[in-house]
Amino acid sequence: MTYDERLQNVSVLGAAGKMGSGILLLTAIEMVDRSLQPENKGKTFVLNAIDVSDEALAGLMDYLKVQVRKIAEKKTVWLRKMYADREDLIENFDIIDEYIFAVIRMVRPVTSMEEAFRSSLVFEAVNENRALKVKLLSRIKENSQKDVWFFTNTSSVPIHLIDEEAKLEGKVIGFHFYNPPAVQKLVELIKTDNTKPEVEEFARQYAANLKKVVVSSNDVAGFIGNGHFMRDGLHGMKAAAKLAEEKGLPLYEAIYMMNKITQDYLVRPMGIFQLMDYVGVDVMQFILNVMNPFVEDEDLHSDLLDQMMEQGVKGGQFSSGAQKDGFLKYEAGKPVAVWDVQGKNYVPFEAFSARCDEMLGSMPGSVVAWKATLRMKNKEEMLRRFYTDLKTTETLGSELALKYGKCSKKIGEKLVADGVAHNAEDVNTVMLTGFYHAYGPINAYFD
Amino acid sequence: MKKLRRKVYMAAGYNTVSLGTGRKEFNPRTPRPGIEHYISEAGQGVLKQIGGAQNVDESVIGNFMAGRFNYQGHLDGFIPMIDKGLSMKPAVRVEGACASGGLSLVTGIRQVLAETSDVVLSMGFEVQNTVKAIYGADILAMAGWFQKRKKGHAYFFPGQFSDRAGAYYEKYGFDRTRKGMARWYANAIENARLDPTAQEYHNTTPDPYATALKMKPNGASFVDHLTVLDCSKVSDGASAIAICSEEGLKRIGVDKKDAVEVIGFGHAVRDITSDPSDLTELETIKFAAHQALENAGITIDQVGTVETHDCFSIAGILAVEALGLAAKGEGADYVDAGHTGRNGKIPFNTTGGLIGWGHPTGGTGVHQAVTIWQQLTGKAGDAQITIDEKRPYGLTINMGGDDVTVTSIVFKRGE
Repeated sequence: MTYDERLQNVSVLGAAGKMGSGILLLTAIEMVDRSLQPENKGKTFVLNAIDVSDEALAGLMDYLKVQVRKIAEKKTVWLRKMYADREDLIENFDIIDEYIFAVIRMVRPVTSMEEAFRSSLVFEAVNENRALKVKLLSRIKENSQKDVWFFTNTSSVPIHLIDEEAKLEGKVIGFHFYNPPAVQKLVELIKTDNTKPEVEEFARQYAANLKKVVVSSNDVAGFIGNGHFMRDGLHGMKAAAKLAEEKGLPLYEAIYMMNKITQDYLVRPMGIFQLMDYVGVDVMQFILNVMNPFVEDEDLHSDLLDQMMEQGVKGGQFSSGAQKDGFLKYEAGKPVAVWDVQGKNYVPFEAFSARCDEMLGSMPGSVVAWKATLRMKNKEEMLRRFYTDLKTTETLGSELALKYGKCSKKIGEKLVADGVAHNAEDVNTVMLTGFYHAYGPINAYFD
Repeated sequence: MKKLRRKVYMAAGYNTVSLGTGRKEFNPRTPRPGIEHYISEAGQGVLKQIGGAQNVDESVIGNFMAGRFNYQGHLDGFIPMIDKGLSMKPAVRVEGACASGGLSLVTGIRQVLAETSDVVLSMGFEVQNTVKAIYGADILAMAGWFQKRKKGHAYFFPGQFSDRAGAYYEKYGFDRTRKGMARWYANAIENARLDPTAQEYHNTTPDPYATALKMKPNGASFVDHLTVLDCSKVSDGASAIAICSEEGLKRIGVDKKDAVEVIGFGHAVRDITSDPSDLTELETIKFAAHQALENAGITIDQVGTVETHDCFSIAGILAVEALGLAAKGEGADYVDAGHTGRNGKIPFNTTGGLIGWGHPTGGTGVHQAVTIWQQLTGKAGDAQITIDEKRPYGLTINMGGDDVTVTSIVFKRGE
């Protein structure tokens, strides 16, 4: 079966979810683009968008319509060539509309799993629930009319366990997109000892066509991305608790301070508590629960997360993409208050931020804003200067930042030492491209 | 073309801001002024300088594609909206693609010459940021022959002029041509920075010449032979000016020294269904501009400044050649040598032209006249150039489509 033949009937499980919708979009684009090639004219391509909710699937189609238009608008020069033989399509308007229609015509939004039995390729993007994944994939495998291959978007469950428990015979690979899949360049590729070479070959071709940066991770729970992020988040929560205790502060003030340290001092797109809200407190707890049984020398668990879940403060995003309140409360996408687990309410920044900022002290004049680093040609030099200055700045802020930077590096190095990542460069690539950090965690800035 | 049978003047010009990418106040995601705003602002800008609407005999409004950009036709109906004093007076809408503004001017000139009017309010506008550029390209493509649209580029007109640039590179050399085009861009930006209404007024690129020279055409993402810096941007804007007889000038209370006299003009149209006979020549521009010079009884050596239709930098270079300032194939060198810069032999497009000031298509022709009026009467503010007494004439060239419709006017300060 050729690359194009395998793409002629594909299913995405969990297609209306946060990750699934992005995966569905990218796959739909790849399939339609293949279908427009001269050698594929007249062939039928089918993409089953499978989810449990009719309402969510309707929302998915709305999302597709908007996103496909944006994509088509950016490649109209190419589309005009592809539609050169269609005399009825003259203006860009016509051509873009036809392309959108081609996608909509190909995507079948369904709530019935049975549709996947005719697929040659199945993307799995359901909840991070090992039992559910195994149940769904094994059912498809048992009933499939094709030599079906499976791509799982799990961010934490070891792939070999899914393979063994669902009896997939090595026809499965971890293909872990980052959120949102349509934007983030990174894909973690996780093969097992049993993964068929042709499955990996196809996965690499597919990733290349999607113009993704591929980093291979070993098949260890959490892989590289969550391997680092989960530990970094746990460290953030511990550091906040320690700071609160040492300085006699309410925890919410310490959370505010550590969030500021991890954003402004560590030059990241968002602070660690905001990132945990973005991922979702519930998702984070779920992933930690998946990972914890597989590590022997650590306890990947947080009482604070449990407490947040008990209090129903979960973060995550609305279907519109807007941020839900979690550790922090958001107004127009910007954090404005912190959750107080004692008082069970949000405390606005303005009630305490000036005092906390003063405690942290002023930052060196050489401070670099994260956004500015995106276009900096001398980024490394500017960061080196900033962190060199930070080391000679005797403030609480610099002390906390330097400790955090060192810890982040240790986490990265441990991923290499434990055989999760092949090398330091892979760890850094994941954090640079999957988390948009300005620099990789394994660096010399904090030495 | 017959000599003008009556003196014709232009005065009291007004330009709105040319709004689009580059202007700080432009945000594609927030609501923006519509056509009503632009027509009103430009019209009232003139009326305030000429003693009010009661002094106007009739009006001409030039516009290319409001029917598609704004879903609005019947544009002459907007003239009385400017001022109630314009109600129950004649008004007409003219269209000749990007030369619609020029058609508004020559129509007004003819109305004065025909003695049906002594004061004509001539204006032009376009509001194009209502659609994304990829759809705007479809709308602007209607300045070409629709039968050619299917085989044309996604960005149809950049595609047409990319073909012209490609032919020029092949015939006369890539590097020297790109240098001339980069200089054209740099001149446009430097001039636009001196005019607060210009779209590139806020441009802070440290070295526009180096920036333009460094950027290479990339057919995979745009067109084969042009970069985005070789192209005028998408603009919203309007311009207006009063066209008067001597009696009309007296009526509006404007001194001749504050007006420009129309010494001659040219107006020519090429068959839209035929391809240009030579891609490296703008034959209609050449014809109409020479017609204007001949009608004025002057030569290009007597012209002190030119406003030409540089929808693309290559069009600017080809216009230099069409005017006879440089031989064929030497226009790029002429431009790169700085001769068309604001301190050069013959300053071109002194408020930025289409690339720098902006290109609200139906308004461009009128904007050119306003700029010449400003320069010849000393009203150009920071953009003011020195007009050599021996070369007191100003020349405009306004082009519609791919060298299809061209108007060209020779001006001199009133005396």
